[in-house]
Amino acid sequence: MSSHIDTIKKSELVGDQYKYGFVTDIEVDLAPKGLNEDIVKLISHKKDEPDWMLEWRLKAYRHWLKMKPPEWQKVSFDPIDYQDAYYYAAPKSGNKPKSLDEVDPTLIETYNKLGIPLREQEVLAGVEGAPAVAVDAVFDSVSVATTYKAKLEEVGVIFCSISEAIHTYPELVKLYLGSVVPFGDNYFSALNSAVFTDGSFVYIPKGIRCPMELSTYFRINQENTGQFERTLIIADEDTHVSYLEGCTAPMRDEHQLHAAVVELIALENAEIKYSTVQNWYPGDSKGKGGIYNFVTKRGACRGDNSKISWTQVETGSAITWKYPSCILQGDNSVGEFYSIAITNNYQQADTGTKMIHIGENTKSRIISKGISAGHADQTYRGLVRMQKRAEKARNYTQCDSLLIGDTCGAHTVPYIESKNPTAQVEHEATTSRINEDQLFYCRQRGLTDEEAVSLIVNGFCREVLQTLPMEFAVEAQKLVGISLEGSVG
Amino acid sequence: MALLEIRNLHVKVENKPILNGVNLKIEPGEIHAIMGPNGSGKSTLSYVLSGRDGYQITDGEIIYNGIDLLELEPDQRAREGVFLAFQYPVEIPGVVGLTFLKTALNATRIHRGQNELDAMDFLKFVREKAQSLEIDDEMLKRFVNEGFSGGEKKRMEILQMAILQPKLAILDETDSGLDIDALQVVSKGINALRDANRGMLLITHYQRLLNYVRPDKVHVLANGRIARSGDEALAQELEEKGYAEFNVFVE
Repeated sequence: MSSHIDTIKKSELVGDQYKYGFVTDIEVDLAPKGLNEDIVKLISHKKDEPDWMLEWRLKAYRHWLKMKPPEWQKVSFDPIDYQDAYYYAAPKSGNKPKSLDEVDPTLIETYNKLGIPLREQEVLAGVEGAPAVAVDAVFDSVSVATTYKAKLEEVGVIFCSISEAIHTYPELVKLYLGSVVPFGDNYFSALNSAVFTDGSFVYIPKGIRCPMELSTYFRINQENTGQFERTLIIADEDTHVSYLEGCTAPMRDEHQLHAAVVELIALENAEIKYSTVQNWYPGDSKGKGGIYNFVTKRGACRGDNSKISWTQVETGSAITWKYPSCILQGDNSVGEFYSIAITNNYQQADTGTKMIHIGENTKSRIISKGISAGHADQTYRGLVRMQKRAEKARNYTQCDSLLIGDTCGAHTVPYIESKNPTAQVEHEATTSRINEDQLFYCRQRGLTDEEAVSLIVNGFCREVLQTLPMEFAVEAQKLVGISLEGSVG
Repeated sequence: MALLEIRNLHVKVENKPILNGVNLKIEPGEIHAIMGPNGSGKSTLSYVLSGRDGYQITDGEIIYNGIDLLELEPDQRAREGVFLAFQYPVEIPGVVGLTFLKTALNATRIHRGQNELDAMDFLKFVREKAQSLEIDDEMLKRFVNEGFSGGEKKRMEILQMAILQPKLAILDETDSGLDIDALQVVSKGINALRDANRGMLLITHYQRLLNYVRPDKVHVLANGRIARSGDEALAQELEEKGYAEFNVFVE
């Protein structure tokens, strides 16, 4: 059928239709290529960091040198040459601007193009009626602007770049940095701890419900640069915060490494909701280029009755290696993981979660929706561990995979460990092919192939999309459709 | 010009001949009924008209509104006004009925050069049509066909037809699985869409539906051909005598 050929052509174009693939032409301050102790010192020096911070970085670096990259994941790529990358790149507009008026207009324009408002009166992604969102914008290695800081300060909420926090709130940073993800946790967390350049810091003081959504928008612009951001969110007792994270990068033929670490701490009765829409450049239709997204995200429910909820929509990156996890220490604490992962063309994803039940009566819920198309390969990997003290702990896991076409793959690898006989673990998994009857039914009602796939897949992902804040849900629904363009024929 | 003209249509499924030279002409405003025994090719005809994959057209042509229908993709046919009410409507989990209706309507409206309806206008429009089919808001908010009874599914098909306002509606065994009350509601819905510019093709095994929706012409499909054509009286005759007369020709 002629349409078949058309869709194959379209399919090949997808990688090249990445909407955020432009490059911002801006003068940068670049550290020399390669990685050694001098580079670590240089980064720390550039950021004018206190000695304790540099010491921590160097310890991490020395530890990293002794480590080997993980090999257990089901993804394949050539070894990364860590000496062939830049570890620091910052727009050359002098020191961190005090107000938006001092921000380089080129940067403001870049964020406008990405739909990210750096002016406080604007709303995210042009969604009408959406509530205002505070934004920390990270461009390559540095945070270029943080909005609504003053308004948040009125209620005592601290929202700033991690660099600023190291200077202004050293006690908080010292207490919590590395407390959930120690630098020696894994190869990429060690690397991140040594060379992280910026990221966001949030502290919600006791008894405060954060009055607005907080968000960080990560942009990789510079060529051959790795981005190593570090995010630390602390929700003190009786608090609530919802945090969003978005990511994009230009289209380039070389792979770029993004190795972030995110740590969340929820004290008694605190709730943290962390949502990600990850749309890094996925590479072209032949698998050339794209971001390696090797990320460690973990939250600790330290206090009783605390809750951490992760939602992720992973549509970008050439390779995703990411397991947002919850350590449920407090009694009655709750961990949630809602995930949509879409892989098309030659993308690979090995993603899932870890739920570590330590406290009594802890609960976790995992809903994972994986969609694979083209030549993509995807694995859900999830650990549920019930420790000895986890009386009456419960987990529910539901893992659904949808395959589009016959050259892609989906795998489910659950690890279940229970040391407490009163704990309950439920696991359900399904794998199905996109249903031809559904496609034809939609097309008979006038929807094109692509509209039909988008509608059906959005239905398949509904449970997860519903957990996103409204202003992200609209964007995520569109992204689901765009990511799968040309995947049926 | 006829609304639909099928000329000498030959269709195979997995190399097995199913239709062996069907000829049929529907003028605007006409309702035709196609009756026939099981396996006579009735559903094949409806799928070929709507463009489903898996049917090899080995000979013949289908002219719809002056265009070669077989050249068009299923969604293009739909936007041009060809509507199929499915014998077995498909469930689409997670997709709210209203969203589905709105997406379908806007696809057609854009094609016709009309603007998309906003949420308020759309809801008003749908509620109006839904009421006469005894479909309430709660039903519209459920996922497409998921957990619907047979009758609910068929009423939803007719609602879609009422919303999309096709030029040619093909109703594939819409009466199957309906109790007498549901049959009346559905028939009322179909009759409300009778229009001087619209043609309908009712595919049915039984004469029962034709008591409520009275056809202009009745055809018997047997052995992949139109074996006999007539008026309403033919349907009555079939009800009494069955299809035995036609089965003698089974190869």
